Amino acid sequence: MVESLFPNVNWESMWEATVQTAYMTAISVLATFILGIILGLLLFLTGRGNIWENKFINSIIAGIVNLFRSIPFIILIILLIPLSVYIIGTMLGANAALPALIAGAAPFYARMVEIALREVDKGVIEASQSMGASNGEIIFKVLLPEAMPALISGITVTAIALVSYTAMAGVVGAGGLGNLAYLEGFQRNNPDVTLVATVLILVIVAILQIAGDLATRVIDKR
Amino acid sequence: MIELKGINKTFFSKSGKVDAVKDVNLSIKKGEIFGVIGYSGAGKSTLIRMLNLLERPTDGTVTVAGNNLSSLKGKDLRAARQEIGMIFQHFNILWSRTVRDNIAFPLEISGVPKEKRMKRVDELIKLVGLEGREAAYPSQLSGGQKQRVGIARALANNPKVLLCDEATSALDPKTTDSILELLTEINQKLGLTIVLITHEMHVIRKICHRVAVMENGRVVEKGSVLEVFHHPQEEITKDFVNQLSEPEEMKESIAHLAASQDGELVQFTFLKGKTGSPLVTELIRQFDIEVNIIQGKISHTQDGPYGKLSVFLKGEPAVVESALKYVREQGVEAEVITNG
Repeated sequence: MVESLFPNVNWESMWEATVQTAYMTAISVLATFILGIILGLLLFLTGRGNIWENKFINSIIAGIVNLFRSIPFIILIILLIPLSVYIIGTMLGANAALPALIAGAAPFYARMVEIALREVDKGVIEASQSMGASNGEIIFKVLLPEAMPALISGITVTAIALVSYTAMAGVVGAGGLGNLAYLEGFQRNNPDVTLVATVLILVIVAILQIAGDLATRVIDKR
Repeated sequence: MIELKGINKTFFSKSGKVDAVKDVNLSIKKGEIFGVIGYSGAGKSTLIRMLNLLERPTDGTVTVAGNNLSSLKGKDLRAARQEIGMIFQHFNILWSRTVRDNIAFPLEISGVPKEKRMKRVDELIKLVGLEGREAAYPSQLSGGQKQRVGIARALANNPKVLLCDEATSALDPKTTDSILELLTEINQKLGLTIVLITHEMHVIRKICHRVAVMENGRVVEKGSVLEVFHHPQEEITKDFVNQLSEPEEMKESIAHLAASQDGELVQFTFLKGKTGSPLVTELIRQFDIEVNIIQGKISHTQDGPYGKLSVFLKGEPAVVESALKYVREQGVEAEVITNG
């Protein structure tokens, strides 16, 4: 039955591609979360009226973030090929796609982090200062916990964007479901392969969305 | 306990420079409740923020509990701040923490070990009357309960001074009263010095010992609450005092009555110890006049009660004159408002 509906699907390579997509997404989401929070914190804290106010550093970080956000991802991958080769040693495979994925997603997430931190009540920060809290305590005990629901829903949106980035990365040889759909499905004219790959990507996206919504709901005590 | 000397604060913004606080000198004694009243924009918020250096004064020195705060920076300033608690109009408690963890927060900052921390939190919860709500999140609390969390949090590190920034302005009148009672109780029980700013005169009347009135960044009048209520010097102070003793509609009805009555409208002001005297009885007995009571009100301050009574006095002008003289001899102020 399955054989006759999808005659051209090699289930073993389909599973392998799914694992690759999941792997690329997981690692890049994790790295984007950390890097994005660091960049977002720097953007926020060096902004006007904040504890590390510094126009110079702020405009440099903002410039880098805006630059990377403006470059279309498919072009960014190509531009970053030398970097991938330098770090990973090759331009093929799931690991080789990671630098481009992170460089594409982290600036995007950093802006979301900055917005989330701006939403934290200024009065709460003032209250912490009145208690004698240090800047480190304000960041880790006040800013990040108070912004957490927005940080989680932001990373959910970013993770879903990253799934589609992995598909694009697949086109230039990163492997995964995008690569399979393009090479096996499109170029060899096997629409059933494209269809199955698409459904699997949708499943991954649905899992991410549900997990993100659930986490936000548990954390948000407002 | 608190000394402010030659305090100025100037903000520089795009639209020019703003002198928020001008040449303020204040001395606040240990264990007293000191109120600062003013309309919004008078500089009182900036002033109270300079008491824990949330705002750094442009000139002048701030000394709290022997520490010259304005000379401190960084770590020393943070340590000094732990001796000064602060509560806020909008409570400013962390929604991501439970009541217990909110109160434990300043103890985490001051490095109190976990076990001692929890013990102290339990004491504080009892002190502010939040038993049974320890595990609740702020979103599950009423405004009054949130302010109680704020107070417990401010008291956690056994501060010497408590600063209250419009602490009751976001609360309804009944809750305001319960919070004011709690503050008075803490002041008496712990001997804590309290500085509060407000735009509501009844807050000053109810709990403060001394008051400073601010207008356009300056302290225009200061003194004991009873004295300021009794002899307001400045226009703005009179405004604030009248807010309390003469609501608008009362003024209107008195004016209406005054037009239809003949006689003199007189306002008596009774101070400490005089509020219980049978003045009206004496007036009728001793003088050939009619006394028509229009309205009366008695208020309590921390220094004792004071009362106001408006009456029409009807009779021969000379007799009324000597009646008024008699009243003044009794130590009660008499102010003739209209001649009928």
